[in-house]
Amino acid sequence: MNASRTIPVRVTHVEPVTQDVRRFTLESANQSRLPAYSAGSHVVVTMRGKERIWRNAYSLTTPAGTRDAYQIMVRRVPQSRGGSAFMHSEVHEGSELEISMPSNFFPIARCGAKHVMIAGGIGLTPFLSMLPELAQARARVEMYLCCRPEDEAVFTEVIAKRTTGGVAVYTDLCDARERFGDMLAAQPAGTHLYTCGPEGLMNGVARTARELGWPASHFHQESFGGGSHGEPFIAVLAQSGREIRVRSDESLLEALEREGVDAPYMCRGGACGTCALEVLDGEPDHRDFCLGETERATGGQMLPCVSRARGERLVLNI
Amino acid sequence: MAIDFKTDETFRDTFTFRNSDEAILRFPFPFPEDKYMYSVNIEPHVKDGNSPVFRSTFDIDEHYVAECRERALTLERDPLRCQVLDHMGPAQWDTLELIMESLAEDYPGHFTLERNGDQWKWTNRPLGLEQSFTFGDDSTLPCAPFEYITRQAQGDFVLIDQRDDNLFMDGGMVTTQADWSLDFDLGMNFVEWHGPVPLAHQAGIFERALKFLLRMQLGAPVRRLNWTMTVNPRLDTSPESYPEWGADRASVTPQNIGDKLHLRVELQTLFRLPRSNAILFGVRCYLIALGDLARVPKWGKRLHRVLSSLPPELAEYKGITRYRQTAVDWLAPLDDGSALSGGTHPEVDRLGVELV
Repeated sequence: MNASRTIPVRVTHVEPVTQDVRRFTLESANQSRLPAYSAGSHVVVTMRGKERIWRNAYSLTTPAGTRDAYQIMVRRVPQSRGGSAFMHSEVHEGSELEISMPSNFFPIARCGAKHVMIAGGIGLTPFLSMLPELAQARARVEMYLCCRPEDEAVFTEVIAKRTTGGVAVYTDLCDARERFGDMLAAQPAGTHLYTCGPEGLMNGVARTARELGWPASHFHQESFGGGSHGEPFIAVLAQSGREIRVRSDESLLEALEREGVDAPYMCRGGACGTCALEVLDGEPDHRDFCLGETERATGGQMLPCVSRARGERLVLNI
Repeated sequence: MAIDFKTDETFRDTFTFRNSDEAILRFPFPFPEDKYMYSVNIEPHVKDGNSPVFRSTFDIDEHYVAECRERALTLERDPLRCQVLDHMGPAQWDTLELIMESLAEDYPGHFTLERNGDQWKWTNRPLGLEQSFTFGDDSTLPCAPFEYITRQAQGDFVLIDQRDDNLFMDGGMVTTQADWSLDFDLGMNFVEWHGPVPLAHQAGIFERALKFLLRMQLGAPVRRLNWTMTVNPRLDTSPESYPEWGADRASVTPQNIGDKLHLRVELQTLFRLPRSNAILFGVRCYLIALGDLARVPKWGKRLHRVLSSLPPELAEYKGITRYRQTAVDWLAPLDDGSALSGGTHPEVDRLGVELV
């Protein structure tokens, strides 16, 4: 869905959390209150550099429901010249940024009998809004964190402030099955498992859980959602020969609208099929919920409100 | 903009409900084409679009005061029309906040919301209510927050929880419904509560709609229109009260149909709620007598064509089989068969003469 509504914010506070993690406090730049959000939510921060624009998703780390100020924690990725480096070097107290409306692809399963969270490093951030809510609900919670030794003390403190449940922190490298296999096997029925962290840890936990017969409905992984953005490409309008450059931060439908092409639409979220266009050449990257597997396999149609191109060009019959 | 509320209208027994000329012209006519079939006709709920009722987040019209009283009457007789499961507490406050903020913003002359931290004061002038309370503290309101605010709103509201990649009907205020029961559906998932709908399952409509709704985002509400027909301007056509209205279906005659038979349109809205990550489903009911509707020539012709061509399964599901032909026959002389423009715009500024 095109969550095109953005919120202008001012950075009111920047504090170091660890050597390479900073906490940013964001307040509304136009005096209005920020929208409340649910535990596990993130925002997409737009960073306007001199050369280019970055859009990174960061979990909100204050308790859910907060409307006065948001906080995010950003780790500077080594050798990064991308968004995290920008946040660390260019963003200071008083800087203005744009953020998306909060959205949540990692919600708490409120009816769960027990909650087991496994985080790796900065992957602990989505849990920081979840733990206080679970504590308030007196839910059974266990938190497992894998991190570097130098981050152990600070991260442990950050978690301990927010939870009443058990916390275990690991600073050595270890296979996920070896570390978590017995713990996962011993969980009572009705337990929900959540993971967020580096790919290796997430995959290892997923494999272990699957092998132990953990039901998919009780296993949750943070993802920041596909959406309608991605690599830029060129849309060729066959009937007029026009070429339209689709930027990374807009959908094909938005690019067509920007260029004054009259394109019908309704839901703008890949469900209704109203905006379907005929593809003459090029491979679409289908992201809709509308076209079936067969329709995709035989090609011919795509929904420009969410879907993009796998290659550099897509020829459309308009 | 001051609304002239028709405070004495009734939706039962004496049925004194009437639409003013202005209300007829702003009616959300649901048929953009001469034939009707199910579709995922979802669009962003933004404050424009082709009907004046889309210009507010929650539309308030001349029937507001009377509809709130009608709701109170229904609840007095059957308190189970408002139920919310225990885990939906945050969603209750989300709903209160959304409706209060929207009404105060869209109708500042009628509603005011003053906030000082958690201390809120709500003023509802049409109903003559003032309430100071602490946001988040149930004990500071005369009833639970969801019931409190939906007693002051037109249309039904359903609280939908999201979990296990599915949606669950875990609460609601349902007193103006087209023959479905909250008490029966409470706790069901999306596929279960849509079980009785014909044709749409095969078309994969619910599968698509569910995937779409699961990804619905904060600040990006959506809407669609649905419709059926109702004999007499009765809001409470529930299974629970069927003995009171079921027999009305046999009371439609060629002589009384223009007054008696109503097109019933539901403006359905869906909002992602902020704290709970639940979804609020609003079902706002608009009624218009056939005779009033036909005063807009385009609408009369189009309704004739839609009713004539409606698949029998749909007519049966909507409960209109018994009087459909009477309605088609009554509308037929008004339809010259001329081509109609697409869309739902009335295309007149003033109404034609009264037909009944």
